[in-house]
Amino acid sequence: MGKTLYDKLWDAHLVEQREDGTALIYIDRQLLHEVTSPQAFEGLRIAGRQPWRLSANIAVPDHNVSTLAAERAAGLSALTDEVSRIQLQTLDDNCADFQIPEIPLDDVRQGIVHVMGPEQGATLPGMTIVCGDSHTSTHGALGALAHGIGTSEVEHVLATGCLIQRKMKNMRVRVDGVLGAGVTAKDVALAIIGVIGTAGGTGHAIEFAGSAIRGLTMEGRMTLCNMAIEAGARAGLIAVDDVTLAYIKDKRYAPQGDQWQQAEDWWRSLESDADAHFDTDIALRADSIEPQVTWGTSPEMVTSIGGRVPTLEEMSNDSERRSLERALDYMGLEPGMSIADIRPDVIFIGSCTNSRIEDMRAAAAIVAGKRIASSIKQALVVPGSGVVKAQAEREGLDKIFIDAGMEWREPGCSMCLAMNADKLAPGERCASTSNRNFEGRQGFGGRTHLVSPAMAAAAAVAGHFVDVRAIEGQA
Amino acid sequence: MDAFTIHAGVVAPMDRPNVDTDLIIPKQFLKSIKRSGFGPNLFDELRYLDEGKPDSDNSHRPLNPEFPLNAPRYQGASILLARENFGCGSSREHAPWALVDYGFRCVIAPSFADIFRSNCFKNGLLPIELSSDQVSELFDAMYTTEGFSLTIDLEQQCIRRTDGDDIAFDVDGFRRDCLLNGLDDIGITLKSADAIKRFEEQHRQRAPWVFDLLEV
Repeated sequence: MGKTLYDKLWDAHLVEQREDGTALIYIDRQLLHEVTSPQAFEGLRIAGRQPWRLSANIAVPDHNVSTLAAERAAGLSALTDEVSRIQLQTLDDNCADFQIPEIPLDDVRQGIVHVMGPEQGATLPGMTIVCGDSHTSTHGALGALAHGIGTSEVEHVLATGCLIQRKMKNMRVRVDGVLGAGVTAKDVALAIIGVIGTAGGTGHAIEFAGSAIRGLTMEGRMTLCNMAIEAGARAGLIAVDDVTLAYIKDKRYAPQGDQWQQAEDWWRSLESDADAHFDTDIALRADSIEPQVTWGTSPEMVTSIGGRVPTLEEMSNDSERRSLERALDYMGLEPGMSIADIRPDVIFIGSCTNSRIEDMRAAAAIVAGKRIASSIKQALVVPGSGVVKAQAEREGLDKIFIDAGMEWREPGCSMCLAMNADKLAPGERCASTSNRNFEGRQGFGGRTHLVSPAMAAAAAVAGHFVDVRAIEGQA
Repeated sequence: MDAFTIHAGVVAPMDRPNVDTDLIIPKQFLKSIKRSGFGPNLFDELRYLDEGKPDSDNSHRPLNPEFPLNAPRYQGASILLARENFGCGSSREHAPWALVDYGFRCVIAPSFADIFRSNCFKNGLLPIELSSDQVSELFDAMYTTEGFSLTIDLEQQCIRRTDGDDIAFDVDGFRRDCLLNGLDDIGITLKSADAIKRFEEQHRQRAPWVFDLLEV
């Protein structure tokens, strides 16, 4: 029987299979950031251990950084939040002590770890990639086995170069056909989660396949794999093809010369065999997917822009009714109301899900020559890295956003998880291109609606959610 | 890590599905560079009526009277009874750190998110999966009996009840051994150092670029 892409990546990194069913898996690349690494370095220090292989690692600050240009320009010592400053300083100190390569805060390559990695070629096809962040699934878009780990595992990978794992099951989600104009990878991700639920992929690696997936750009593929964890799957995967190779070619840390040829030969084999077995197989039709908007406090609480908030009568049992009541109470919504009647106060365009150049372009195309609605209190546009920011500025996108009344910020995780000053006030409602609409995620009492960049931009202009396909210049 | 063999304790409820790790420990407390001290902010947004800050004096904050962990009957609880998909979302190990720091040694639920489950085992916190029916039955028993307690026997893989039949549970054999003996994963893996080095030699042939230092 043939192998899945996941099987191939697993087999290529299997150091030791143990009788109890666990295995030792070799880790090619570990990405480090300030929030989930300090306790791991401290553990190394206490045990008197050194990193197993320095070349496995690269660090960058992202979660906790200010996105204000003035604060950033003044350097780390000028950061106003003292607790954040200590955490960022600790990353610098740990990397210096252990000789771990680190992209510093003031470097143009600094950015959200899952934007920086592929952008620099630090994450590549065929690799096993880990990071103390659940959205590490993003890198699976390159045909890599990439997933989030906890801090104890960060320490384990630092100390041993390996992880103790049990093999996951294989799931395939096929999306065939052509996506409609204005329908993006984000909508595909949310639609899939709407079908399989936030625990649908638990215990599985999900391979995304089918003609609609092949038709996505690398940026779109990263958005989709990024959200695999919101479907419960640690890892999302997409097979290597010409799109992948064209993206990687000439990236800073990508193989060059003869090594490129050697790499390409191997990478081209990174796809599931035709007779491979999947434990679970799901199929969606691309033309059935419409722009999505979440209405609740879990990414599976989602519907299309033409839809309505569910009613209690539509729930099949008491547990579902209680969940719906709690979600609607938290979100301040009425059962049965139209999605198009929901009016955000804040717009957030950014995060490891949607802060790449393509996302910036999609949002700018909607707001170009327009002003955001007067009811919008704040509209943040936060590019995923300094590289994205510079490219967007070369294209004049920053001016489009600023002219529309939006704020153009420095790169970082920002309001996706609101560890820095970018957060919602209690009761504020946000149209957000991030990945989680959990209670309090974007700020204490804040209310999050997950959407694509184009949908967030359209809501900014209209003052309420609106079908991006109906906007002039689209579709 | 503390060994886990037999643990007896009061059971407290977290009666909703899809409890995410943001809810277990909100992001503002992730700025700490330590592993301890998260207990007072466990379930912060449910437990208190105001917004928690990293430097708040929690003893002076208004408690949410409707949150079970604030009720006298659940004080000193060390076993958390929960619903489906507990621990979903962010990979933050601060979630099990907060549960352990509060005093929990065991979480019982119909299902757990993968990363959270793995993080629990690394911190001496035992995640036990039972069927939805079994969990619902335990919820009923807990709500009707003040001071409802259970004894978790990891060696025998059994939950002992004083009010009914014992409940057997499954647990990963490797993880069970680590918990029973308080073993450190890194020490175990480093026993395979020679196998790792052999693997590296062969892997270097296939993918030499993996071994180049990423010079910044």
